[in-house]
Amino acid sequence: MALEEIVEHCQNLYDDLDFSSVIRWKNAASGRKVIGHMPVYVPRELIHAAGMLPVGILGGGDQLDVIHGDAYYQSYICRIPRSTIELAVTGRLDVLDGMLFPSTCDVIRNLSGMWQLKFQDKFVRYVDVPQDFDLDVGGAFYTRELQQLRDDLAELSGNEITDEALNASISLYNENRQAISELYAYRSAQPWQAPTPEVYLLMRAGMLLPVDEHTSLIHDYIAAAKAIKRPVRDNCRVVVNGLFCEQPPLGLLKSIEMAGCYIVDDDFMLVARWLLKDVPTNGDPLRNLSHAFINYSVETSCKYVPTREAKGKFLIDSVRNSHAEGVIFSSPSFCDPALLDRPMLQKALTAQGISYTAFKFAENSGQMQPIREQAGTFADSIKLWSAA
Amino acid sequence: MNTAATDTADVQKEESMILQKAMISANYDALSTAHEEGKKISSTFVPGNLNELLMCFDFVRNLPEINALQAGMRKKSGGYIMEAERSGHSEDVCTYVKTDLGMMSKGQVGPNGKPLPTPDLLLLSYTGCFTFMKWFELVRDQYDCETAMLHVPYQADGKITENMRHFVVTQLKEHVIPTLERVSGVKFDIDRLREYLRESAKAEDDLVWVLQSAKNRPSPIDAYFGGVYYCGPIFTAFRGTRETTDYYRSLRVEVEDRLAKGLGPVTPEGTLEEERIRLVVEGPPNWTHFRDFWKMFYDEGVVVVASSYTKVGGVYDFGFRHDPDNPLETLADYCLGCYTNHSLPSRVDMLCNYMDEYQADGFLVNSIKSCNSFSAGQLLMLREIEERTGKPAGFIETDLVDPRYFSSANVKNRLESYFQMIEQKKARGQDRTAA
Repeated sequence: MALEEIVEHCQNLYDDLDFSSVIRWKNAASGRKVIGHMPVYVPRELIHAAGMLPVGILGGGDQLDVIHGDAYYQSYICRIPRSTIELAVTGRLDVLDGMLFPSTCDVIRNLSGMWQLKFQDKFVRYVDVPQDFDLDVGGAFYTRELQQLRDDLAELSGNEITDEALNASISLYNENRQAISELYAYRSAQPWQAPTPEVYLLMRAGMLLPVDEHTSLIHDYIAAAKAIKRPVRDNCRVVVNGLFCEQPPLGLLKSIEMAGCYIVDDDFMLVARWLLKDVPTNGDPLRNLSHAFINYSVETSCKYVPTREAKGKFLIDSVRNSHAEGVIFSSPSFCDPALLDRPMLQKALTAQGISYTAFKFAENSGQMQPIREQAGTFADSIKLWSAA
Repeated sequence: MNTAATDTADVQKEESMILQKAMISANYDALSTAHEEGKKISSTFVPGNLNELLMCFDFVRNLPEINALQAGMRKKSGGYIMEAERSGHSEDVCTYVKTDLGMMSKGQVGPNGKPLPTPDLLLLSYTGCFTFMKWFELVRDQYDCETAMLHVPYQADGKITENMRHFVVTQLKEHVIPTLERVSGVKFDIDRLREYLRESAKAEDDLVWVLQSAKNRPSPIDAYFGGVYYCGPIFTAFRGTRETTDYYRSLRVEVEDRLAKGLGPVTPEGTLEEERIRLVVEGPPNWTHFRDFWKMFYDEGVVVVASSYTKVGGVYDFGFRHDPDNPLETLADYCLGCYTNHSLPSRVDMLCNYMDEYQADGFLVNSIKSCNSFSAGQLLMLREIEERTGKPAGFIETDLVDPRYFSSANVKNRLESYFQMIEQKKARGQDRTAA
């Protein structure tokens, strides 16, 4: 597939607020079921192993007219739950047989209860993950939680989730994470060849497509990108942070890059990059998933950082590893995790002499000029400092 | 005016309020001098607070939420919040956090006018509120002291599972207690814990009796504005002490006396003479204008007969009591059972139960800008409760301690309209009954 075709395919998936591709997947064989999940992390391997399709529900973006959703939320609550409710009450999520709500924040947590109240015929589970990172304590708790989820998903799907099936699913998700790592490494090395708006669309496609299809699409994209030569701009290299739950409008990412910044690392769709190494595909799969969560998962604002010294280290490593020159904190308005974390992360960056700038957005932000100006000024200042 | 006040210049207080004030003052004094006296200080949160456990290690207990609400009541929180915002904290986040951080940067002066020393330990009971986790990361960043984390799983399906309980107990055994021992230098004595828990259970019995006295007509208490005073000792640094048992015993005697005399609640302007409307209220109160806010209710003869906020530091009125025979398991169940750790359907069920049991005329939500744990989903809760009970529901918005978010005229207008609607609905009901 040519690059344009791949990007167009991803753009069409992104634009489709009716989840047509998911409906097509579901209707392609009898008895198929679909499970939605909110950001930031759920173990999608379990859904896959039950023969069901995991679908990331990331709000309604800037194209959805939220009419009903605002009646469910006060003005001081972020945008993603209201557009998600809008998607549901307008029937767009009817294709889902269930929803998983991870322990991202109080708003997503309470949304699980709203779903229980509003959609009583649907399967709803809150996915608690440990904030205690001792294998024998938090790890043991999480393994038992995974077992409960495994039992529930098996019952819903009507398919037993055997260890073999689960290990096979883990293997497919390992391949997907490897492909994404390759994509991110490629972008980091040559960001002009893989512009972030395209990488973002590719990652969003992974929220809708079957995992193996998505893995192939990433490989195709990398091959297609390598086959062409794109102009190199004199941009600075930045990491963007804060986009792990409510999604930025695509225009925001374009604006950052147009303003003179190459995004070389980010925290989009962390569900697909949560585990930093391959999960073993033999032995007890639940224990392996649990150990992976405890021992090698990303640091994000939704997680507790056990020591003061470790706070911000993950972001600093991201800056160093991607050879970034600064960080753009782009946080959704009223996002408790991102906004409470930001001062601590900024302090950690300052201690390392890493520049940053910060602004807020909502998924339906329309006015990009201020963001472009701020990102542009940030890029200029980095260039000036670099010259000095 | 529905109160029997003799002199509005003198604020009327129940004996128990005076006693409680003395307890709180003594605790602030104990905090101020703790290090001089060789004692260690632990900071911890109200929901899921492990007061009995901390006492086993002789920690003096500091509660940043209480410091923040005290700052709100003393009209100092606005300045603290702006100080925190000036240093980079977002205007969007919890104002308790910003009050705490702002207070810290202004010298951490307690309500007794003396500086509060740096805590030796932050006991993070991550119960029912995501912000707690980040709050203590922020505080740890400032103080650079030890933090003990207790992750309390969320009761998403309305029940405590064995895995949840086991997880909390294991964290207590493996991490929390060893950290408390190390920081305090005191060896854990489970029998000492049992003694404290025994005292807790006695106080809890009396607290529940007091809260449930509001089922009477007229209610001898206000279970929201008065209720926050009643819950003060048991929610904070005092649960498990003999002093607290005595406090709740005397409070009960006081309320029994009011009940026997057929008296309404004590308000700052005297006893409420006529109970016109009975409400159930969801959400925390506003602290910066607490007295003005309360006046909007008692001036109209409105009594709050049950509230969710008085369950935020422990839900006792559905049977839970601290159990000295199962000390760690009971601490786990207590933490798991705090109000905001309940799912929305459970919260709706609880509030509907209150509407019914306490014969309420209406349901009011005071939605707090700062507190997503409470606030996210309240509009749906309101509709559900209105639908299930057939009683009118009202909705107002304020904040905990940010005076910029208390619009007195707006709140008063809304409340007056809401109270009129309730009265009209009651009158129509009476007309139909008479016909």
